Amino acid sequence: MKKTTSYLEQVHKDGKIWNYSMAAIFFLFPVLLCIIFRVLPNWGGLLQGLIATLPMYWAIGVIEVITYVPMLGAGGSYLSFVTGNISNLKLPCALSAMEKCDVKAGTEEGDIISTISIAVSSITTTVIVFLGVLLMIPLTPVLKNPVLDPAFAQMLPALFGALGVVFISKSWKIAVAPIALMLILFISIPALNEGTVGIMVPVSAVFTLIVSRIMYKKGLLDEKKSTPAPTEE
Amino acid sequence: MTFRMDHPVIYALVAVTIVAVLAQSVFFLWRAMKRAKEIGMDRKKIRGTILSSLIFTIAPAVSIIICVITLSKSLGVALPWLRLSVVGSLSYETVAANNALSGMGLKLGEVTGLTGSQFVTVVFVMTISIMAGVLLTPIASKKIQGGLKKMETKDKRWSAIFSDALFMGMIAAFLGFVFCDFSGVFVGELAGLVPVLVMFSSAILMAGCGALMKVTGWKFLNDYALPISMVGGMLLAIPYTAWLG
Repeated sequence: MKKTTSYLEQVHKDGKIWNYSMAAIFFLFPVLLCIIFRVLPNWGGLLQGLIATLPMYWAIGVIEVITYVPMLGAGGSYLSFVTGNISNLKLPCALSAMEKCDVKAGTEEGDIISTISIAVSSITTTVIVFLGVLLMIPLTPVLKNPVLDPAFAQMLPALFGALGVVFISKSWKIAVAPIALMLILFISIPALNEGTVGIMVPVSAVFTLIVSRIMYKKGLLDEKKSTPAPTEE
Repeated sequence: MTFRMDHPVIYALVAVTIVAVLAQSVFFLWRAMKRAKEIGMDRKKIRGTILSSLIFTIAPAVSIIICVITLSKSLGVALPWLRLSVVGSLSYETVAANNALSGMGLKLGEVTGLTGSQFVTVVFVMTISIMAGVLLTPIASKKIQGGLKKMETKDKRWSAIFSDALFMGMIAAFLGFVFCDFSGVFVGELAGLVPVLVMFSSAILMAGCGALMKVTGWKFLNDYALPISMVGGMLLAIPYTAWLG
């Protein structure tokens, strides 16, 4: 128990240093551009751009932190928010890895597996995107080939179809209500699309928690009555 | 120094930033693997995690390259390379860039060259807007985890349901997204069926991999099932799209 605490404590300590340093580096990038090229932002454009973007993104950011930290664990969270592409890459990657290793999010083993999978995914992404940029001229006609367009356009349905079958088969009772709600919302509200799905993740997560709590209180999620539950630590 | 979007200095700054993020990934990887060894976690599981995460990432990473190519038309190559290699994602970065450009009377996709001032405006909007997660994780994650630990001590079963419910909530949102163009089917536009068919195809492929593992005992398939199903579903999107439009 003591070891668990000290490992997680260390992760939080390192995470703080790394994330604050990264935030400074990210912010330094436009500042250095201004200094090196002796240019200033278009203040009107900056203000308008920030008014249109900042409130929504920071609200989403707050909700994402609350939603993703319990799923990704400490190490995975620090890394994911710096390396980006969370919902379409890091989160599915970590969930799949934890499921395969039979470890639960929130445990030390879960934290380790989540961190390893996100770190590997992040390194792989960086290397592949770097190669892509390096080979952009010869790659562009291949990757932008109209024949392959539909394949890349359907990456998310393909990913979540495969991932969904694993998690739904394990917790189908929990799955019914949120899937029904999300189907109704996405089919009936045209504004909900790829650009807004990230906003719907926390909405769906909160709804699922409320329904699960009610079902749990009513004894509908008891282990004996339920389908095989994910591995308990 | 005269500004241009493909100036070597911009590439150098982007490279330095990406290397710094890479260093964080390597550091966290090293620490997690060290801890896994200390507590005697199964080395096969660790190796399997590394391999499957690597393979799983290839297809999404290639799609990120396509996004870089798409955004490069308006923003040059260096900036999309940075934003999509670290921190951002296509949907967030596209909206942020578009909002910044709109504020200056420009439109993403239509504009093909930016002045230095316009470029740094876009970079500032993208950077400041998406910083919430980076800054809030150090503040909130320890408290959130503390709350979860308390919950687990109080009621272990509910704690397990809690994390399953979070996973399901996330997956349900994306499954709902698959149906976002489905309403067109009611008025004869069948293109909305393509993502639905792709989703079911990859689900069937995944279930097939599971069945194959059970029948044959091929445990190695566990590391490849997700990428096989995902890439299989993506490839099937080609004939589905040709068929349904």
